[in-house]
Amino acid sequence: MIRKIIAFLVVFYFGYILYSFIAVNFPFGERPLKGVAAHYVDKGIEEEGATNIVTSIVTLYRGFDTLGEVTVLFLAATGLGLLLAGMKEEEKEKPEPTLIMETTTRYLFPLVLLFGTYIFIHGHLTPGGGFPAGVVIATGYFMMFIAQKQFKPSEYLLSATESFAGTLYVIMGLLGLALAFSFLANVMPLGVPNTVFSAGIIPVIYIIIGFKVGSEMTGILAHLKEA
Amino acid sequence: MNGGLLFYGSSVFLMVMGIFIAITGKHLIKILLGIDLFDVGLNLLIISFGYVNGGTAPIFSKYPHIFKNVVDPVPQALVLTAIVIGVAEMAMGLAIVMKIKEKFGTCNIAKLKELKW
Repeated sequence: MIRKIIAFLVVFYFGYILYSFIAVNFPFGERPLKGVAAHYVDKGIEEEGATNIVTSIVTLYRGFDTLGEVTVLFLAATGLGLLLAGMKEEEKEKPEPTLIMETTTRYLFPLVLLFGTYIFIHGHLTPGGGFPAGVVIATGYFMMFIAQKQFKPSEYLLSATESFAGTLYVIMGLLGLALAFSFLANVMPLGVPNTVFSAGIIPVIYIIIGFKVGSEMTGILAHLKEA
Repeated sequence: MNGGLLFYGSSVFLMVMGIFIAITGKHLIKILLGIDLFDVGLNLLIISFGYVNGGTAPIFSKYPHIFKNVVDPVPQALVLTAIVIGVAEMAMGLAIVMKIKEKFGTCNIAKLKELKW
């Protein structure tokens, strides 16, 4: 009990110092846009063609960062598979899913996949993009894992999709290096803003990321379910 | 209530609660949840730094006269990265917890004698 009180006091003091520092030095909402942020907001559409500025930052201006992030996710998925590979399966009495749940998920599953596809195709126009879309797709698979007893996606197919999408991402980057002398440069025509076929390579990259994140998250869920 | 108190205060509160749970919790999953709360609070804090008074989301449409000013898009892009890293971290942490549970039969850190020296 004493330990908890001391811990609470120390942590509370830390929070107080942090809050007062922030509140004095960074007044909320009064910082004007300047530097790279102003450049992205003013010139983003004419340079990259995407109306969603966050998307063009994530995939093009800071594309290298996103490639690293995808690599981290890949490492986590691989490490999880490695850690859980030797786990022995426990014989547990699993409750039978009800009829309502089984039927609903069977009809809902394609719609969830369709919604995920919509999100990653429209990533450069609306909020969303490859990462949320991948998570939505994985949610559909998670629903199926819970509700259907026999449902089991092919592990080979999952890792093949993942590796193929990862390789394709690097190839898109190298294409920019070959054609425009800059890694992940926007080499495709920009088109008219606010249409689906615009913004050069952003939709292509987000489709690749959608497939990659979707298969990785599904793989993680499948591993966690089996162990 | 001004926005600074609301957003900065709640994100600092989440971070503080996260650290408190992580250092006083006895159950491994509780500790992981504390770390995740810290993560969420930090993400909220980074986004709050980028707010501009009266700004909208940095997504333009066909009607540019609506957009007098927008919020800073850079922290949002950075937080997108941070969220994905958080998911990866949670997945690895949960896998390690499952491994510990299988090997020692408990998730309570007070009963894990092999951790002591």
